[in-house]
Amino acid sequence: MPANEEAPSTVQDGRERKQQVTTVADRRIEDANLRRAVAKLDTDKIANVVMAVLEGEVGAKLKMYNQACVRCGLCSKACHYYVSHDGDPSYSPVGKATQTIWKLMRQKGRVRPDELYDMAQIAYTECNLCRRCVHYCPTGIDTGYIISVMRRILFKLGVTPLYITDTANSHSGTFNQMWVKEDEWIDSLQWQEDEARDEFPNLRIPLEKEGADILYSVIAPEPKFRTQLIYQAAAIFHVAGVDWTMCATPGWDNSDMAMFLGDSETMGRLKRMHFETAQRLRVKRIVMGECGHAFRSVYDTGNRWLGWRDHPVPVIHSVEFFWDLLESGKIKIDHKLDETVTIHDPCNIVRGRGLTEKLREVTRAICRDVVEMEPHGEHNYCCAAGGGVINCGPPFKSVRMAGNRIKADQLRATGVKTVIAPCHNCHGGLEDIINHYGLGMHLKFLGDIIYECMEKPDAV
Amino acid sequence: MRDVYAFLTGPGAWVAWAVFLVGSIGRLFFLCRLAKARDASSLAYMSAGYSLRSILHWLIPFGTLGWKENPAMTAATFVFHVCLVLGALFVSAHAVLWSSAFGLDIWSLPEAVGDAFSLAVVACCLFFAARRLFLVEVRYVTTPMDWLILAIAAVPFATGFLARHHLGPYELMAVLHVLSGEILLIAIPFTRVSHALFAPLTRAYIGSEFGAVRHAKDW
Repeated sequence: MPANEEAPSTVQDGRERKQQVTTVADRRIEDANLRRAVAKLDTDKIANVVMAVLEGEVGAKLKMYNQACVRCGLCSKACHYYVSHDGDPSYSPVGKATQTIWKLMRQKGRVRPDELYDMAQIAYTECNLCRRCVHYCPTGIDTGYIISVMRRILFKLGVTPLYITDTANSHSGTFNQMWVKEDEWIDSLQWQEDEARDEFPNLRIPLEKEGADILYSVIAPEPKFRTQLIYQAAAIFHVAGVDWTMCATPGWDNSDMAMFLGDSETMGRLKRMHFETAQRLRVKRIVMGECGHAFRSVYDTGNRWLGWRDHPVPVIHSVEFFWDLLESGKIKIDHKLDETVTIHDPCNIVRGRGLTEKLREVTRAICRDVVEMEPHGEHNYCCAAGGGVINCGPPFKSVRMAGNRIKADQLRATGVKTVIAPCHNCHGGLEDIINHYGLGMHLKFLGDIIYECMEKPDAV
Repeated sequence: MRDVYAFLTGPGAWVAWAVFLVGSIGRLFFLCRLAKARDASSLAYMSAGYSLRSILHWLIPFGTLGWKENPAMTAATFVFHVCLVLGALFVSAHAVLWSSAFGLDIWSLPEAVGDAFSLAVVACCLFFAARRLFLVEVRYVTTPMDWLILAIAAVPFATGFLARHHLGPYELMAVLHVLSGEILLIAIPFTRVSHALFAPLTRAYIGSEFGAVRHAKDW
């Protein structure tokens, strides 16, 4: 679909336009579950739950943020939604906090159900929890945390968008996000092993191998509709001679939409299962596929909910693992990818794990030519899919498209055709942006390129 | 008027200092206690080194992304805070107070510099006020509290300057200067001026998270 013809196609053009102040009422999107949930609420019920969370769950951090925030507005320019909407202040980080949690704190939770609908639209679809605004706030306020508290309140009130709620229900019922049954999971792995043995006759996808060096975990969309990624990972591990295993039981899916919904209880169950599976198999460490949000959940969030300061089993992201394999010479590159690429830095592994340099070193090792986006690294703009926003489903796709015009500008300005993004959410988000704005680019995972370009000594 | 002045510079000043100190220590104590009770999963990652790393980076003008992209505000913020703190502590008229009240002989700013600092604080407050009035994204989030603290910061410096130069009714200016200065002290723990107490902590915290957990820069 081409870009909306009435809107300027770049943010630069839009600088001429007057700043508009809109409200969520001007852009309200119908969502069946939000509508159903607010119909059951009244002000008293809302106030009870709000105060239970504010007084019982969260503490000094939120209170200090409220005091330390001097409402200076410096964070505004950090946010891709704000920038893409020509400086509409209702999209700025502090603007979003003002319309949601600051309001609840000031009014002691006494708001009307329809106000809560609007707060849900802001909290679930107009903030990706990417934390870019941290780089703008002199007092160090984490708006991602503030919006997460808002989501926690909304979750407890049942005011959650339909699609992401269904995904979290799948997590709760099956320990994976796509209702994949246990036998389907195992079948998918065996199918990929079969396929890969045509290329590497001795390749195995080890299942339930106790004492292996690593447990490789992925997100459920991989067996569901991106099975080639499992093939590629298996090929890379095979060539590198990695002692690895996958598990045949629930616990194989490291993803976590419950975290983004505000369902901390389910998040805790998922992460416990994931870590306990690794412990049961007595692996030395967990390597996670090229996904950002899952990494945030396992590395930064779920462990805290479970009361673990550190991880019972060390966790590393694929980018770091690939870096290790290339650095140690276990994977050798036969030929570099013969096209110019650009790198999209996923928030959860760059701002969330400092993999900026390793991502570049891996990319340079496998690609002939790299053009950087501006800004990049920790300062990169978000894909607008993360934080559970893409998981709120088709009703909210337009929010991501209109809200990330700046990303389209940033991508277009590189002039390249290939974008590397080592994160599933970023892939989904950028693919939509590329199609919507007619950028004619395509996306790759690092695994795609390593598989394509590595030496394969025993391949037939 | 003399009696009022005598009261404000006598018992009034001691009350203001007491409220400021007890209030600030009290607020910090209760919030830290609450943090221990509820925010253990955040406190666990506090690190002195990374706290300092973050604070130092943000103390460098134009040293961070946020500062770089808002140059005018950055300049005003640094000038305002430096002049406010140094001015309040070290103008020559206050050196006399340090000496008479606490027996401390402290260094003081040359008078012309003190004047310049006072005017700079007032000018910065006018700049902040203009932002609140004319910048859409700032106006949108401005609350009455933000106007209040702006006034609380500006009035002591404006009246101090006027009194020193005998501009306007001197006695009234002197009384207003002392009164507004004491209000500023009292306001530190109980209004959003409390960011003076909390911002170092929130900065240290995010610095620790970005350093010790996320291994990324937060500037």
